[in-house]
Parts: sequence; C-alpha cells; structure tokens
Amino acid sequence: MKVPEERASAATFEALAMPLFDQLYNFARWLTQDTAEAEDLVQETYTKALRGFSSFQAGTNFRAWMYRILRNSFLSSRTGLKTMVAIDEEADENLLPAENTTPESILIEQANRAIVQQALAELPVPSREILLLCEVEEMSYQEIAETLAIPMGTVMSRLFRARKALRDLLRKRGEGGRDGM
Amino acid sequence: MGCEQRRGKLDAYVDGELDPAEARTLGEHLRGCAACAADALERVQMKRAVQMAGKRYAASADLRNRITKSFATKPRRHLSPWQILAAPALVLLILSVVTNFYLGRENARRQRVYSELADLHVAALASASPVDVVSTDRHTVKPWFQGKIPFTFNLPELQGSEFTLLGGRVTYFAQTPGAHLIYQMRKHEISVFIFQDRPFEDRREETAGLPSGAAHALSFNEENWTQNGLRYFVIGDVGADDIQALSKLLRDAA
Repeated sequence: MKVPEERASAATFEALAMPLFDQLYNFARWLTQDTAEAEDLVQETYTKALRGFSSFQAGTNFRAWMYRILRNSFLSSRTGLKTMVAIDEEADENLLPAENTTPESILIEQANRAIVQQALAELPVPSREILLLCEVEEMSYQEIAETLAIPMGTVMSRLFRARKALRDLLRKRGEGGRDGM
Repeated sequence: MGCEQRRGKLDAYVDGELDPAEARTLGEHLRGCAACAADALERVQMKRAVQMAGKRYAASADLRNRITKSFATKPRRHLSPWQILAAPALVLLILSVVTNFYLGRENARRQRVYSELADLHVAALASASPVDVVSTDRHTVKPWFQGKIPFTFNLPELQGSEFTLLGGRVTYFAQTPGAHLIYQMRKHEISVFIFQDRPFEDRREETAGLPSGAAHALSFNEENWTQNGLRYFVIGDVGADDIQALSKLLRDAA
C-alpha cells in the first residue's frame, strides 16, 4: 500500500504547495539577493517539504510550514549563515513610537518603488524578512510567529524595529537626495 | 490614555491585529485627533509602499517545470509489485468503463423507444376517443384493421381472464403504421402495439436488436417480443405480472 499512498500524498502536496510557488520564489530571491541561489533554495524547499509532508500535521498552517522550511534552508546555507547576524531580541526594546514630526508621509508618498526596494535590500535579513511576511505575504502575527518560530511578542517588537529601520533608511535617502540637489 | 500610548498600538491597528473593541476605540480617537490620524495614515502608506516594492521577483518557467516534474517522476522510478498487480486491474477497469459506456448507449436507445411508445399510450388514453373501433369482440376489432395496416395478426380469447378488450386504432411509430389495441384490467388500461418487425427503415439502428424482455420505465411496465415477423410491445401502469399475463395470452394466440 506504500506506493499508492505516496502517490496520493505527492498529488495532495502538489495541489497545496504549487500555488505558493511564485510567492516562495519572491521571498527566496529577497533573502538570497541572487537568482541562482534563490532557484536552488526554492527547489530545495520543495524537495524537503515533499519528503517531510507525511509529518505535516493536518490542520496546522501549511503556508507557514513551507516558509519555515524555506527560511531554515536559507539559514543553513552559506549566504544565510553570513547574513543572518545574531538577533538580540532584548537589546532594543525601545517601543516608544518613532518621531513623526518629520514630513515622512510626503517622502513616502513620493518615494517610488525603486527607492523602497533599494531600502528593503539594504535592511538586515531579520528586518527584511518580517516586513515581507507581514506586508507582501499579508501574514497575521500568528502566522509570522509560526513561520519564524518566535513568540507573538517578539513578532511585534521585531516588526516595530524593522519598520523603524526602513523609515530611517528612507529618511536618510530623502535627505541625501535633497543634499545632492 | 494619551496619544503617546495610543501610537504604540497604531502598528497593530493598521495590521488589523487589535481586538475589535480596542480597534473601535482607537478608530474613534483617530477621527478626532489629527496628529494620530496623520501618523496612522503614514503607517498605512508605508505598508502599501513595502507591499508594492516587495512584489518584485518572478520565477522562471523553467524552475516551475523542474519542480512540477520532480513530483511526477518520483513514484515512477521503478515498478513496485503493487504497480505490476495494478496493470491487469487497469485493463479490467478500462474494459468495464467501455462496456458500461456501450450498455449505457444501449439502455438509452431502449429508453427512447419505450418512452415514445409510452407517449403514444398516454396520448391515446388522454384523447376524447381513445379507440377508433370500439368493441370488446376480437372478431370485430381484427377485421377492422384490414386494409389499414399492411399485416394481420391474431388476438387472444379473453374469456376467463381479467382482461377486457376496449378497442383499437391505427398508430404510427417511426412513420410506420401499426395496430394499437387497448385492453382494460381492473380500471387500468394497457396498450398493445403491433408492428411489422422489419420496416423501421430510418430507425433501424434503434429498434433492430432491441432486446426482448421486460422493462420498467417512467412508472410503466413493458414487455416486448418478436413473433412471426411482428414486433409486439405491451405497456401499461399495471404490475409487471399482469403485463406478462397479457403478453402470454397474446403470444399463445399469435
């Protein structure tokens, strides 16, 4: 009975996993910052996920599970080891709101896609990935917590820091741009 | 709660992560506080900017193909005993599908003929004059058909049976004239159709080879057979036993 089961689960897996293909690739490409590495990472993710699909618990979040496999594969890759600097969750718990007196809203309105993309690419991986999961994948905090295997509170503080870092980068660019004029 | 504290919740608010009561309270505050509203707006714009910027990379079709193929080829690497066993089963499955298809068509053909005869039966009973020759006497009914249809037939003696002959009419099925006899049994009417077995030229494929025997369709019971070059159909809303009894009388008389 092994083969039919395997086949059925491969078909089920394909039906569940292939709709995520484009998003997973986008995410992998953002993490690796390289096309060939991203392709390898996505392929590795699908291979690992298919192999481990029998251990996937029905009822748990499949998307979060796939992203977690992708991210773990990335973290254990050479690039991943280099880029993923230790995240000190406790170091910066300054949850005070950012200063909002600067005309950032104007800046962001004007900021075209390329500038935001550049800023995202410059962010450290932990900030980049949580922003992508939250804004691009539109994951809930709960899903992000499952994907990154961190508690909800950490999701919120990390997201807060990531947004602040992005704002700072955009502000710096904006100022730099103005200086250059 | 001051504006400072409220702003600490703005991220969760724009992410849709506050519980409904909290979100409502904060929403009300935003309507009255321009500074907080501007802050919230900026966060929403930032979210949108990241969302647009983040959807950036498209995978190659080649990668997709490679991955899709890896699902398909994996289980086919070598034939397992189960697959070897499965091959004859597959042949049987295909055969049974084909056979069912054929039987289905056969059945449909049969149903079509029966339902047309059932229509003739019902239409005759519904008309003001179901029969053109009104007689319980077979010796009156049979000669009436002479010259009206291109064949003759014999009708059974009904004395001692539950059936009564009501009369007959000329009918047409597939542009071919035939005899339509109506019998009665305990207030139920039964139609007997008699046609020449051969002349359904344009309907040959439908009536030729139509299996003899009993059938049940559209709440009618039917029986048909071929005898002495004539095709008999008996149809009515009585029980199958009664249809068979009448059929037997007709057969014996023919």
